Amino acid sequence: MALRGVLRLGEVAIRVLDMAEARQHYGDRMGLHEVMEDAKGQVYYKAWDEHDHHSIVLRQTDRAGMDYFAFKVFDDATLDSLEKRIKAFGLAVEHIDAGVYPKSGRRIQCVLPSGHTMQLYAHKEQIGNSLGYRNPGTTPDEGVIRGFRINRLDHALLGGINIDENAKFFTEVLDFNMSEKLIDHDSGATLVVFLSCSIKPHDIAFVLQPEANKFHHVSFLLESAHDVIKAADMIGKYRIPVDVGPNRHGITRGATIYYYDPSGNRNEVFAEGYIYYPDTPTIVWDTSELGNAVFAQDNVVRASFLEVLT
Amino acid sequence: MRYTVTLAETGETYPCGETENLLEGMLRLGKKGIPVGCRGGGCGVCKIEVVSGNITTKVMSRDHVSEEDQAAGRVLACRAFPASDITLRVIGLMKKNVCRTKTQALAA
Ligand code: FES
Ligand SMILES: [Fe+2]
Repeated sequence: MALRGVLRLGEVAIRVLDMAEARQHYGDRMGLHEVMEDAKGQVYYKAWDEHDHHSIVLRQTDRAGMDYFAFKVFDDATLDSLEKRIKAFGLAVEHIDAGVYPKSGRRIQCVLPSGHTMQLYAHKEQIGNSLGYRNPGTTPDEGVIRGFRINRLDHALLGGINIDENAKFFTEVLDFNMSEKLIDHDSGATLVVFLSCSIKPHDIAFVLQPEANKFHHVSFLLESAHDVIKAADMIGKYRIPVDVGPNRHGITRGATIYYYDPSGNRNEVFAEGYIYYPDTPTIVWDTSELGNAVFAQDNVVRASFLEVLT
Repeated sequence: MRYTVTLAETGETYPCGETENLLEGMLRLGKKGIPVGCRGGGCGVCKIEVVSGNITTKVMSRDHVSEEDQAAGRVLACRAFPASDITLRVIGLMKKNVCRTKTQALAA
């Protein structure tokens, strides 16, 4: 795999109940950079080491959760070929003109079997990571890396129905690979699927829920597990509600902390894990080792992990 | 002002300040009874019904609290603040998930 086709999770649009509180959380506390507010009052953020204009969009409304997520693909030809394959799979494809989403080229949109709205796009304005592209050096100016010291948006875990069908869609249509999955020990039913389009252990994951189109968390990459602990210090200092304190996932082996934004949407910052190649057999965990699969430092199952979603 | 919050089912009581939400007040004292989720009015697991007393509220997700709910005092404890002594009933539960029995058995 020379990395072509679907590149990465490029945009997650999160609903918030109070924009002032959300801005304090995502901007001042987490340290993402606010790059724009649009005419509708939606606020756009990027992490410092991303090159594209933004990766997080906040919209104030009367419900929490996620409006849509979007993957960036390699080029226009990829977008055209994926459109054909998505239609062949049986999903309806909607066209969105360039410029409808700010700083963004044309998009295609479909609703997944799990109920989530997914978009694909090939172009978004690039504003860089502040270092430039010729003799950039290594270290941005003071204040560029700040807050939780987030390098980039990494992945999302979404809750929904028909997650086997979603896995089939991502692997057969979008050329993802299933790096890991969690199944029920007794019935063999799939509970969570972890899907990669890169050398990361996952770029997107889906957890089985009785309801379609639910949001479990959006996750951001930090430089080190030490930075996860430093983020946890800030989370405690600012009384940000914690779901699960610093731990390590068995699945993906990431060092993690889960916390909530002021509207109840779960966030994660994490570091480490392994490098994934698509010729690696899928790792299977079952619920007889659920604690270890999910939180491997204390092996404690948290009901909230499977039951608190927005 | 500090008020007394009573959980109708268990009789558990705790003091809660008027600027402290009903869930925070319970958690700060290490008490149990209202299910704890996101603490931001988004997930719905902390839903309660105010049986007696007055509350003020902050914005909470309409996915979990309809306008009729709110008018009838069925609100999210993490977004409700006491304006008098309160008696409440827990109606939110972490019971929606297909994996619940399994996770509970393993968590026990
Ligand atoms: S704990 Fe999630 S709504 Fe109150
Ligand atoms: Fe994650």
